[in-house]
Amino acid sequence: MLKVENLSVRFPSRFGDITAIEDVAMSIAPGEIHGLVGESGAGKSTVGAAIIGLLQAPGYVATGSMSLGETDLRNLSLVEAHHLRGKRISMIFQDPQTSLNPLMRVEDQLIETIQAHEDISASDARKRAVDILEEIGIKNASDRIKAYPHQFSGGMRQRVVIALALCTNPELIITDEPTTALDVAVQSKVLDLIRELANSRKIGFMLITHDIGVIAQIADRVSVMRRGKVLESGTTRQVLGDPQHPYTSALLDAVPPLDRKIDRFRMPDEEKQSHGKDAGDAAEAWLLQGRDADKIGLQISGLCVEFPGVRTSLWRKPNSFTALNDINFEVRPGSILGLVGESGSGKSTLAKAITGLVKPSSGQMILGGQELPNGRQRGRGHPSRQMIQMIFQDPYSSLNSRHRVGRILSEPLWLYGLVDDANERRELSAAMLNLVGLEPDAIDKYPHQFSGGQRQRIAVARSLLARPRFLICDEPTSALDVSIQAEILNLLKDLQAKFGLTILFISHNLAVVRQMSDDVVVLRNGKIEEYGKGQTIFENPTADYTKELLSLTPVLPKNWN
Amino acid sequence: MIAFIKRYEGLWLFTRSPAAIIAAIVAFFSIFGAIFAPLIASVNPYDLASFSLMDGLLPPVWEDYGNPKFLLGTDDQGRDMVSSILYGARLSLIIGISAMTIATVLGVGLGLAAGYYGGRFDMIVMRIADIQLALPAILTALLIDGIARGILPTEVQQDLRVAVLTLAIALSLWVNFARTARASTFVQMQKEYVQAAIIMGQRPIRVMFVHILPNILGPLLVIMTVDLASAILLEATLSFLGIGLPADSPSLGTLIRIGMQFMLSGEWWILWIPTVFLVALVISINILGDFLRDVFNPRLR
Repeated sequence: MLKVENLSVRFPSRFGDITAIEDVAMSIAPGEIHGLVGESGAGKSTVGAAIIGLLQAPGYVATGSMSLGETDLRNLSLVEAHHLRGKRISMIFQDPQTSLNPLMRVEDQLIETIQAHEDISASDARKRAVDILEEIGIKNASDRIKAYPHQFSGGMRQRVVIALALCTNPELIITDEPTTALDVAVQSKVLDLIRELANSRKIGFMLITHDIGVIAQIADRVSVMRRGKVLESGTTRQVLGDPQHPYTSALLDAVPPLDRKIDRFRMPDEEKQSHGKDAGDAAEAWLLQGRDADKIGLQISGLCVEFPGVRTSLWRKPNSFTALNDINFEVRPGSILGLVGESGSGKSTLAKAITGLVKPSSGQMILGGQELPNGRQRGRGHPSRQMIQMIFQDPYSSLNSRHRVGRILSEPLWLYGLVDDANERRELSAAMLNLVGLEPDAIDKYPHQFSGGQRQRIAVARSLLARPRFLICDEPTSALDVSIQAEILNLLKDLQAKFGLTILFISHNLAVVRQMSDDVVVLRNGKIEEYGKGQTIFENPTADYTKELLSLTPVLPKNWN
Repeated sequence: MIAFIKRYEGLWLFTRSPAAIIAAIVAFFSIFGAIFAPLIASVNPYDLASFSLMDGLLPPVWEDYGNPKFLLGTDDQGRDMVSSILYGARLSLIIGISAMTIATVLGVGLGLAAGYYGGRFDMIVMRIADIQLALPAILTALLIDGIARGILPTEVQQDLRVAVLTLAIALSLWVNFARTARASTFVQMQKEYVQAAIIMGQRPIRVMFVHILPNILGPLLVIMTVDLASAILLEATLSFLGIGLPADSPSLGTLIRIGMQFMLSGEWWILWIPTVFLVALVISINILGDFLRDVFNPRLR
């Protein structure tokens, strides 16, 4: 049905044309789900945009042919292309928040789309819209259709987006990371829906994603892309079960398994990184020399956090919203505690309460035998400011983009008075960069000159330079590609083993938590669902919620036969 | 040279925008002329001895009776228009730039603090800003002018006119800076590098000025250029209405006011030449501001 051959897309820039994708070939049959997998910058989305004719200016299709059925997609006039979009090819985007117009009722958006492509009365269009909503699993569709997008939950909203893509009976739907913004439970339902639609309506799907688990779960065929080229293509079983290209196997190795705990991730080019580690020895010696006391742990008991809710009356105090409810657990000295939960479960609030950014309404936190003052009562000079350091989710926002790396790194040394001499601070920062696997000349660059993984290494180096004893990692790898995630997780494991750090590891990704943690806390709606040894929780979960999460996480099958 | 230009995105965009290039040229020559007015101008319009009533109301050189000594003609007092405009632009720019600087320091300081601390402090600052916005700039200027006349001794009043005018303009412009700085600070406060700095226990002053300020400079620079243009216009308006500078030390606004008397009497140059100059200067500064905004905001490109 869809046939793409030798497709190349170029973007003119001030440095001459940049080839975004090169020589891409693929075909999608009716009812087939074709996965397009690769890491960021691989050109996956550009392929989708080129097919639907929405390449961002000034990009252009340089060579190749694309055809849908009998129609040549490259030689369409603007009007023809406009009619084809939506009518024969639809698109589903990543974020259901932004792909629906928040000021229009779902009803109007659906009717508008149907009427744009067909000469049909509003009442007939409405009837079709209700049918489609019912088909994709929205109950009470004739009532719900009158709602605004914000009145639907994230998963339901993505269903509405799918309904919008479906309502003109397209032959091909391009989905760009359709479930990346969703929680696992919702993700699995949306994926089931896509599979079902492919089977029942014989629609071809192009599924663009970075998550190999998702591909393994529903795709029939898969193309692996890297740097604008398709490296390997074939049936999912063939490509993922018996990868021919080294990059595909490296990608598969980097996916953390859910069913077992492995010591380290296998890295394809590990030997290359080990050279020049001597410079890092200075930093290592410095960190070890600061380790004067025992490892410290953190006990949390009866912790509650409340936020003021929505004001319903001018005179009455607004009802409070409980973000964390009676949290009790202990991070044992020198261990890693994994904290899992879906979005909105209170994971980040807990981290903020520990660091003093949020004031708990009751409860106690004891760090190494000393009680931590709550919220703003904790002064700037409190010793815990140095002992607790944090690594954030988004390495693009956690480093000040206007400061050079050297300045970012030497700040904790200066602030805590650890090293007085500016030259010494600089040398130590350079050594620390080496310890986390970067070249020491990085010290004079700005953060934007580094990739996401390198920036996260810089963030790790910054937190280590405070000589912390307790490290909070808040989703440290969820903004990164899998292969880089594997590198960062390896690095954290190495550092933890070497320096006996106590780590609170927060993530929504169960497989990552399994790899990292000794103990695990499962959080839901601000309450602890389950708390125990990692192995116990992953192999013999007692709480229903944990069981559900474990069963819904997409995983690579152990064998493909 | 080309390689150098391509290294910097702003420069590269600049070479592709004819409007920005023309605006830059106009602004450059105006500012250059204003700075070096004492060296370029043939007469000093503030010095009563340097011009003569006998040369009054001469038209520009290309008209009949034009005198090559006075390229753009003279006004009723016999002052050379070129010199008047250069000196007038000098005064206008001095007042504009100092008013903008005061407004920037005041507005950015208050806006940063309001965005950082939030809560009651933020509310107080922003309500003051709202009140300020409700008063027209001319009213603020009149108020300050009146107060200055009331409390300052008569001898210093003439000398302090420039300062009073600058202060009045600054007070009506700081709100823009405060609002923008506050909104941008709110955005930066959510960023993790700011949270990291707070968690580390850095002092609020340091977080505000070392961490946040460099990251919100982009939008502030744009407002600075746009507000420089407004400050010059505001000064011209005030002087035109007679609240600003007196006729013996003419700014562009004063020149236009003097020219008004001759609008319909045939001596068009006395009104039109300073007016065209003022409009060209303000438009070119605004175009440069727009260009800066495009450079700092890639999404608008």
